Amino acid sequence: MSFFKKLKEKITTQTDSVTTKFKDGLTKTRDSFVGQMNELVKNYRSVDEEFFEELEDILISADVGVHTVMDLIDELKDEARRRNIKDAKDIQPVISEKLAEMLQKSENESALNMQETMTVILFVGVNGVGKTTTIGKMAHRFKQEGKSVVMAAGDTFRAGAIEQLEVWGERVGVDVIKQQAGSDPAAVMFDAIQAAKSRKADVLLCDTAGRLQNKVNLMNELEKVKRVISREIPDAPHEVLLVLDATTGQNAMSQAKTFSKTTDVSGIVLTKLDGTAKGGIVLAIRNELDIPVKFVGLGEGMDDLQEFEADQYVHGLFADVLQEAEELAEED
Amino acid sequence: MAFEGLAERLQGTLNKIRGKGKVSEQDVKVMMREVRLALLEADVNFKVVKDFIARVKERAVGSDVFESLTPGQQIIKIVNEELTALMGGEQSKIAVAQKSPTVVMMVGLQGAGKTTTTGKLANHLRKKHNRNPLMVAADIYRPAAIKQLETLGKQLNMPVFSMGDQVSPVEIAKEALAKAKEDHHDYVLIDTAGRLHVDEELMGELDEIKELAKPDEILLVVDAMTGQDAVNVAESFNERLGITGVVLTKLDGDTRGGAALSVKAVTDTPIKFAGMGEKVDQLEPFHPDRMASRILGMGDVLTLIEKAQTNVDEARAKELERKMRTNELTFDDFLEQLGQVRNMGPLDELLNMMPGAGKMKGLKNVQVDDKQIGQIEAIVRSMTKAEKEDPSILNANRRRRIAKGSGTTIQEVNRLIKQFGEMKKMMKQMSGMQQKGKKKKGGLGGMKFPFM
Repeated sequence: MSFFKKLKEKITTQTDSVTTKFKDGLTKTRDSFVGQMNELVKNYRSVDEEFFEELEDILISADVGVHTVMDLIDELKDEARRRNIKDAKDIQPVISEKLAEMLQKSENESALNMQETMTVILFVGVNGVGKTTTIGKMAHRFKQEGKSVVMAAGDTFRAGAIEQLEVWGERVGVDVIKQQAGSDPAAVMFDAIQAAKSRKADVLLCDTAGRLQNKVNLMNELEKVKRVISREIPDAPHEVLLVLDATTGQNAMSQAKTFSKTTDVSGIVLTKLDGTAKGGIVLAIRNELDIPVKFVGLGEGMDDLQEFEADQYVHGLFADVLQEAEELAEED
Repeated sequence: MAFEGLAERLQGTLNKIRGKGKVSEQDVKVMMREVRLALLEADVNFKVVKDFIARVKERAVGSDVFESLTPGQQIIKIVNEELTALMGGEQSKIAVAQKSPTVVMMVGLQGAGKTTTTGKLANHLRKKHNRNPLMVAADIYRPAAIKQLETLGKQLNMPVFSMGDQVSPVEIAKEALAKAKEDHHDYVLIDTAGRLHVDEELMGELDEIKELAKPDEILLVVDAMTGQDAVNVAESFNERLGITGVVLTKLDGDTRGGAALSVKAVTDTPIKFAGMGEKVDQLEPFHPDRMASRILGMGDVLTLIEKAQTNVDEARAKELERKMRTNELTFDDFLEQLGQVRNMGPLDELLNMMPGAGKMKGLKNVQVDDKQIGQIEAIVRSMTKAEKEDPSILNANRRRRIAKGSGTTIQEVNRLIKQFGEMKKMMKQMSGMQQKGKKKKGGLGGMKFPFM
């Protein structure tokens, strides 16, 4: 159980409020996922084919993705054989260990690439994933840190999108640079960069219209937006964040692939993780594309955007298992 | 496409067992595994898949799959049939109340596309059913959601009822109904706020609106890209409200849309519409049979044919065919054809609908760029009338002028002229072939793709 102990130690050094938020936000995810897991261990005394088949279903039901699940199951089978594990109870920590390993590749990878002068962050994604809301929350976050923020209303297509960002601007107390609906988003970006420069802003958050990744024209438009930003500030955008909806299934992989190709995605914001969606897609994306998750959206409030920390995430996911482990340790 | 279709998957398995003469029960098991994986990759819920596989297996074992010379085809046939049956046979229509107005309530998660769908549905009702709907902005939570519906209303030139975001949605619904009666609207579309199915408080609010408005239709709006969770969402909304139908949105993406099957299986209510694009007229009736082949990754031929039929002018096609036969095709005709294909939608979308397009070498990763077509158009438009009619007069001098005029290079102009010549040759052959085919069974007639 040393793995859990280590995890626990790491987490206690972090503020309690963050931990609680993660735990609360992930309650639904954890309940169903870990509940299923425990049931599985209870139902199957021994580790056999059927056990693995059931485990496969649980992981797939979490949207982990067929390929990743297959890989994982193969690894687990090997591990079980190697360590000569027969009892279902004994394989449980191995499963958790593997999952955590998959998520945690290195420390601090969720940190944003912040600049001394102005940091430009571009948000991209398909329709309805929560780009504008995430930008609002992000602006609030930077504002809390005492930074001056400017937001660019680059979604000139969807009805009401500019107004939506403006409402967030008022709420948070941040300027929104906009043109009228239907104008060229690249032109909005150009304006926003000039405005942000003259205001000496620390952070420029760029909203874009949601677009399905198979629309070549719209993806080209996005490329142009990025090009205009890079032309005005050489190494900008410093971060391109792909906003993904946690309820999305296998298509999230296609989204991550295509958006990466056009805009060099540097990180992922996983939204709507407070429902019953299990966020397993995080594992699949990490495994197949190696794009780190940087933030997670855990609710509708202004503060409900959290920096992604694999430790916290695994902790939230396995809180029940963790408690059990502790009790066991105490008994010893 | 990111995933291979079922046919391809089965082919791989079949290659392994080929030459064995007969297929054993073990082989069927292997094939079932492939079917299972294909469905899971398409985001069909794993429980739904389990039941489904059990049913298919039963039929496969009971039928003559073992004796068949083409067991793969047999399996695909059974899978397709069962899938279509599960999706529901007929497409269904939107409800009409005995006493006007008919009240439709739109519900769903955040970001599923409720507001956009409300606008599209209003447009659909007016255009296709000659109705006079009133849209009601009852999403008081998301910033600017009301504004979004109002903007849609302005675009469509249709009325939107709103009372700002300080009034409770229940109250808004009540006032809206009174207003609809007063103004003689025959449909009332209530756009509710997106909410999580686990949010007790907000789900309670929907109960209240339902209680008050007594909707004839409660449509659950579901994002076609939803994964395994679609089942939980659909189940919760259905248990709580008793939905009467589903609208599947964002189906113009490259998702396989297994969520459709999951939702259908757990709610047993028909999927009534599909959102096929961002524009207000892109709401289409849902075709269960087509969805089945899409989930299996087998292409959507019917939609392709339909698109071709609505966009290609019959008489002109005939004239073109004659020209092709007699080898009289000019650059003008070429331009016209380009325009027609363009009208059908983005080329890559068309390619995706063609079965087996993913398998064709070279086509798999080709990015069909609509911009390139624009360039071709520019070149052709820079030609004089005489040049268009008789490409053989295009000497070096003329080509240089065309390159300059179209903003391209001489190489590009040369390439196009060469391609055009080759195309003409090919078309002559093709139309000859079609002529023969026509005598036998009619053929498709009028559908030609010069550069596919």
